[in-house]
Amino acid sequence: MPTSVSLFKLLVPLAGFFSVVSTPAFAQATLAKVKKQGYVMCGVTGDLAGFSATDAKGQVQGIDADLCRAVAAAVGVEARFKPLNATTRFTALQSGEVDVLTRNTTWSLSRDTKLAFDFPVVNYYDGQGFMVSKALKVTSAKGLDGASICVQSGTTTELNLTEYFKVNKMKFKPVVFANFNDANKAYAAGRCDAYTTDASGLAAIRSSLKVPGDHLILPEIISKEPLGPATRHGDNVWTDVVRWTFFALVTAEEKGLTKANVKSQATNADPEVQRLVGAQGTLGADMGLDKNWAVNAIAAVGNWAEIFDRHLGASTPLKIERGLNRLWNKGGLLYSPPFN
Amino acid sequence: MGKRELLSLAMPFLIVTLVALFLGFAAFNVIGNLQARGLTAGFGFLKEAAGFEIAETFPLPWLSADGGLRLKSYASESSYLLAFATGVANSLKVGLVGMVLATMLGVFVALVASSPRSPFHLVSKAYIHTSRNVPLLLQLMLWYVLLLAILPGVEESLRLGSVFLNNRGLFLPGPVLNSEGAFAFEIPELVFGGRNLRGGIALSPEFVAITWGLSLYTASFIAELLRAALVSLPQGQTEAAAALGLSPFQSFRFIALPQALRVAVPPLVSQYLNLFKNTSLAVAIGYPETVGVGGTIINQTGQALEVVALWMLVYLSFSLVASWVLNGWNARRHTREGR
Repeated sequence: MPTSVSLFKLLVPLAGFFSVVSTPAFAQATLAKVKKQGYVMCGVTGDLAGFSATDAKGQVQGIDADLCRAVAAAVGVEARFKPLNATTRFTALQSGEVDVLTRNTTWSLSRDTKLAFDFPVVNYYDGQGFMVSKALKVTSAKGLDGASICVQSGTTTELNLTEYFKVNKMKFKPVVFANFNDANKAYAAGRCDAYTTDASGLAAIRSSLKVPGDHLILPEIISKEPLGPATRHGDNVWTDVVRWTFFALVTAEEKGLTKANVKSQATNADPEVQRLVGAQGTLGADMGLDKNWAVNAIAAVGNWAEIFDRHLGASTPLKIERGLNRLWNKGGLLYSPPFN
Repeated sequence: MGKRELLSLAMPFLIVTLVALFLGFAAFNVIGNLQARGLTAGFGFLKEAAGFEIAETFPLPWLSADGGLRLKSYASESSYLLAFATGVANSLKVGLVGMVLATMLGVFVALVASSPRSPFHLVSKAYIHTSRNVPLLLQLMLWYVLLLAILPGVEESLRLGSVFLNNRGLFLPGPVLNSEGAFAFEIPELVFGGRNLRGGIALSPEFVAITWGLSLYTASFIAELLRAALVSLPQGQTEAAAALGLSPFQSFRFIALPQALRVAVPPLVSQYLNLFKNTSLAVAIGYPETVGVGGTIINQTGQALEVVALWMLVYLSFSLVASWVLNGWNARRHTREGR
């Protein structure tokens, strides 16, 4: 009968719709899900040099990308990347589209609570700063009264900027861009007197300008930006995996384990190293991972110093000093809890 | 009543029921998923202080503490709701100016393009084809980058008394509606050691780029649909007008145009709607419109679902109102002309 056929045709797409909005698998299960699907999906920026930027070979490179690779190696799966902008990143994590956000995200109270995320660790201690053209002869952010300022929207950047100028009784005009590259172009074209974002981002942008030496990053750091990976709140097993993978990289730096030598440490005299590399104890199994989890992670990307030097250090165009991002016993803030 | 008629009667009800079921199911899931993730839904956050600065603000009628309507300009202490409303006002500003500009340009180009003897005929054809076939976003970026490249820096401003033109915009002395809703005469002043300007009537490069780019783009579509409407008239109409001794202008004004408009208005309405929706592309060139401001609100509050719902509500309601008004006008014109 023709009518019932057309009715059937109508029902098929509707049924498709229903399956699209049905409830996604959720909570607690990310580690199991990752093992089953065979890859970790990491949310990254995809265009921030030093953190996660796509190189000429199409590979995503940077400290955030390498943290993702380390987690993937610890679990024994492949790392995959999904570029997310500042607006879509939170929804992507909440909805399960990505398993972990390794996208230089600032850890703040409201994100930890209201957005229902967990921030396992801080992998980069940053702060918001300003960059100006040297031709302006401005040497302090206090001299920016009346300036036009290019802003890359997406964090608490605009809020910090407004509060800093208000506290110092100064005025400014913002020119806000949703996209990193658009903001860079406008600054390069002289639309603004200054550019504001995280200091590490400023270094990355400066390295991409025509004559990097013509631009100065001002000394004032106007906010605390502890950047780190984010996971969904309530998924403690998975959060632990991300947290301790990072600590394994930091401890590797502290104990002198490198990408090159980590595989021959089973007989290391230090008992903590023996536990870290799985020669003793059950740390891997306790986390729900293989006993070689830390060795695999370090062999994949190196220790934290190697990662930092490769993507941000003096040999890169960014030339960022380690500063707060040194180990605790060298004057920095990186401090791994013990492996036992 | 046969089986077939019964089914055809039942069909609309069935479809409506299925759609309603689907929407209900989606809403149920959304609420369930939000709760499972411990997320707070709702529009309560709109009352909180926004805290960020918006470059271009506009005094809006706003409910004041004593319950009366007063004009109020957004400042960083204002609520998220006023921030969002300011973004909407900025979108409307571009939309309204763009509509007028695009119509004027479109009519002009349509006339030139439909008279093959005009020396500008080829130019207008080339413009129509280029403009319609290059993505709008690229055109907007081109205009913005061009503007910034052409205009001089503040210290090299083109200056005429208190009128400044530079890469920060065009600054004119003039009456500016201040936050108390009163007009105050403002003269642009140099700030930041003569390297920036403040006050007066200011047209930013972002506003000019989005309005100009959008108008130029939409005008090419308007020109084509007007030309099509003119061409659709039977040749006999103009011949009859000539036979009656009407001049070419009179023939166009009283014979061709009224008939062409009848055909052209419905597609014209949809071009205006497109223009308004396309104002959202201004987010790429730093103009603080609905989507740009909403994006900042999402970043600060994390209330993505709510802000996206507000975005949809804004574009939907403006489009519906615009098409209702214009189609109503068109229908009235038809009855008046006694068709």
